[in-house]
Amino acid sequence: MAAASFTAAKFLAPVAARSGGERAPPLPAGASSSSFARTLRRGGAHHPRLRTAFAVSSDLLAGNKAAQAAATHPAVTREEALELYEDMVLGRVFEDMCAQMYYRGKMFGFVHLYNGQEAVSTGFIKLLNQADCVVSTYRDHVHALSKGVPARSVMAELFGKATGCCRGQGGSMHMFSAPHNLLGGFAFIGEGIPVATGAAFAAKYRHEVLKESSPDGLDVTMAFFGDGTCNNGQFFECLNMAQLWKLPIVFVVENNLWAIGMSHLRATSDPEIWKKGPSFGMPGVHVDGMDVLKVREVAKEAIERARRGEGPTLVECETYRFRGHSLADPDELRKPDEKTHYAARDPITALKKYIIEQNLATESELKSIEKKIDDVVEEAVEFADASPHPPRSQLLENVFADPKGFGIGPDGTYRCEDPKFTQGTAQV
Amino acid sequence: MRQCPPATRFPSPVPLSASPSAHRDPFPSLQVLAQLAQAPPPAAAAAAAPARTYSAAAKEITVREALNTALDEEMSADPSVFLMGEEVGEYQGAYKISKGLLDKYGPDRVLDTPITEAGFTGIGVGAAYHGLRPIVEFMTFNFSMQAIDHIINSAAKSNYMSAGQISVPIVFRGPNGAAAGVGAQHSQCYAAWYAHVPGLKVLAPYSAEDARGLLKAAIRDPDPVVFLENELLYGESFPVSAEVLDSSFCLPIGKAKIERQGKDVTITAFSKMVGYALQAADILAKEGISAEVINLLSIRPLDRAAINASVRKTNRLVTVEEGFPQHGIGAEICMSVVEDSFEYLDAPVERIAGADVPMPYAANLERMAVPQVDDIVRAAKRACYRAAVPMAATA
Repeated sequence: MAAASFTAAKFLAPVAARSGGERAPPLPAGASSSSFARTLRRGGAHHPRLRTAFAVSSDLLAGNKAAQAAATHPAVTREEALELYEDMVLGRVFEDMCAQMYYRGKMFGFVHLYNGQEAVSTGFIKLLNQADCVVSTYRDHVHALSKGVPARSVMAELFGKATGCCRGQGGSMHMFSAPHNLLGGFAFIGEGIPVATGAAFAAKYRHEVLKESSPDGLDVTMAFFGDGTCNNGQFFECLNMAQLWKLPIVFVVENNLWAIGMSHLRATSDPEIWKKGPSFGMPGVHVDGMDVLKVREVAKEAIERARRGEGPTLVECETYRFRGHSLADPDELRKPDEKTHYAARDPITALKKYIIEQNLATESELKSIEKKIDDVVEEAVEFADASPHPPRSQLLENVFADPKGFGIGPDGTYRCEDPKFTQGTAQV
Repeated sequence: MRQCPPATRFPSPVPLSASPSAHRDPFPSLQVLAQLAQAPPPAAAAAAAPARTYSAAAKEITVREALNTALDEEMSADPSVFLMGEEVGEYQGAYKISKGLLDKYGPDRVLDTPITEAGFTGIGVGAAYHGLRPIVEFMTFNFSMQAIDHIINSAAKSNYMSAGQISVPIVFRGPNGAAAGVGAQHSQCYAAWYAHVPGLKVLAPYSAEDARGLLKAAIRDPDPVVFLENELLYGESFPVSAEVLDSSFCLPIGKAKIERQGKDVTITAFSKMVGYALQAADILAKEGISAEVINLLSIRPLDRAAINASVRKTNRLVTVEEGFPQHGIGAEICMSVVEDSFEYLDAPVERIAGADVPMPYAANLERMAVPQVDDIVRAAKRACYRAAVPMAATA
């Protein structure tokens, strides 16, 4: 069973023990049937694996004996399994509905769908509290849903209606929700990483300087970004500073092997992204991102490390997007056999199979969850359709938090509130 | 129109120095200034500070002291304010603006960053998203170009993109514009670049009073503020009144100041050029031209009301700025006046700006590339139709 073969203690191996002598256990052939993963491992075989960084494999999907033998103890409880299942199905059905709505003209602009990557969002975000923050990229619908933003708010935002989570002003790529601590939705790749690092800095600052502590530990921030971002300067700058200041952040790389049409292998000198963590002194972990239980195990440890104040972790999730980069992407460069290979590793199908095999729930219970999600998403579309467009007056609102732009006065209130503050100019 | 959020009430200011004479000294902040004016070490040197007599005459402080005391007071009043940047801590600030703050507030609140503008500016923005009030110092604003994505896309646009959910109470400050002989990559003026962006407030102080008042207003402000200082002004002294030295003093944003009243021609300027404009006004006065000098203070929001009111009075306008002429501040001011007060103009608007070239290094070329007092005088005379020769392109 996955839980038995994975020991989180390996995360905590001291950075100093970097002799390179001990190599991490190789990935079992059954699990990593992806030829691409094999290419990566072959390419990386020359480099001695550092003790703090190791590859975690998924035994879940392989039908091998070891997995079945160890499968007597499920990794999750029934409630947890159903929660994970529901969240992943919500992500999938929602994104499929987005595609439909886009082709019907209700949604417009740039829309980037998350189909296939649900295990990463669900596996990580479902372990977070309300006070923990999530920072994402333009592929952020499902991160928003996992963090708790209602489906109808997200759908209305995509339709550009006034009832959206950002009142229609952000759009698909800029989902913000202060009550859920979803700090965006950024269009520039790499832009969210420093912002997430800053939110983690704020969490640590609050704990140490302002002395506002929570009984759980530090509030954790999660930064999600892709393989292409890992070649960007800001990524390295933040790995450095996060480790330097031991910030409570988890850097999650959703390596879906493609940055629009640029293959990760064509763009990156060393494609094994998890190895970049140890260069900065933090653990780097590779995990099968199509397996939500595996992701969850790794996430648990990374989040707990951050909460305890031990600093950041870099987690590379090998995953895949079933659709193109965006709805405007003809997706001609990816080979069909690669797509079918990953379609066979669909995280939702895998979890469903696991739940049924482990007798955590019956097929009909899962079907009823799927039906419930269908209803939720349909209702979200109806809600978004029926919602009004933003009023014209909304165009000029919210440029500043300060209502008239005159700043704060000596007594601490906005100057424009002071009845004596006139339109005249200040004289010498 | 959305409601103002409950305004932050700031606690009453904490006396800055714990020196024994503080309770006797009616202006505890001046004690700190006296100490700053001395060479280090500080602390128990209260007795060593020379006794100053506080007569009715105004006290003089440098812009550097003004900024330092403003930072000190705001950090003292609000524990969520912190300073980050290169060399702000142990080096006491690249230009000594943050002198003494590391000792006072510790490394948690005065952070020396690695040389990673994009990274640490983004970290500041993220911290501001999440409830802190960072002050990000750029060693010069030229380096802000490495971080401009965060200033504009993450900071300026966030309140709008999130429909008011995420406000970004951050201050980006540092020296802007030309220094002396530092070459093309260290001399650009960024006022026009940042003032172009909705969602940013852009402030440019001139005197010590402006520096103190505007920096305090910027730190208290709930929006991102770009605070453009000037390296050559840091060492200049200006007289300040007791009100300015009070720790609750702050100036409004979006309001210009009339530095000198006049009736024949309006000269607008900001930052170092205000000093030049005042000198030009003195020269013009000897020739019988009474110039009104407006210190813009706030580039965005621009105090169009003040500029237009002045032009309606004088009917002539000269705009002065240090930066490149094309798409500069003067162009915006001219258009604002054309839109609102066209019938009042008796002469074309004159624009004085830096030369349309990257800043040269040679001292004589640099002098030609930056506006000088003579250029302003000539422009004012042209606006008053007193020049013998029609306008030629200034250097």
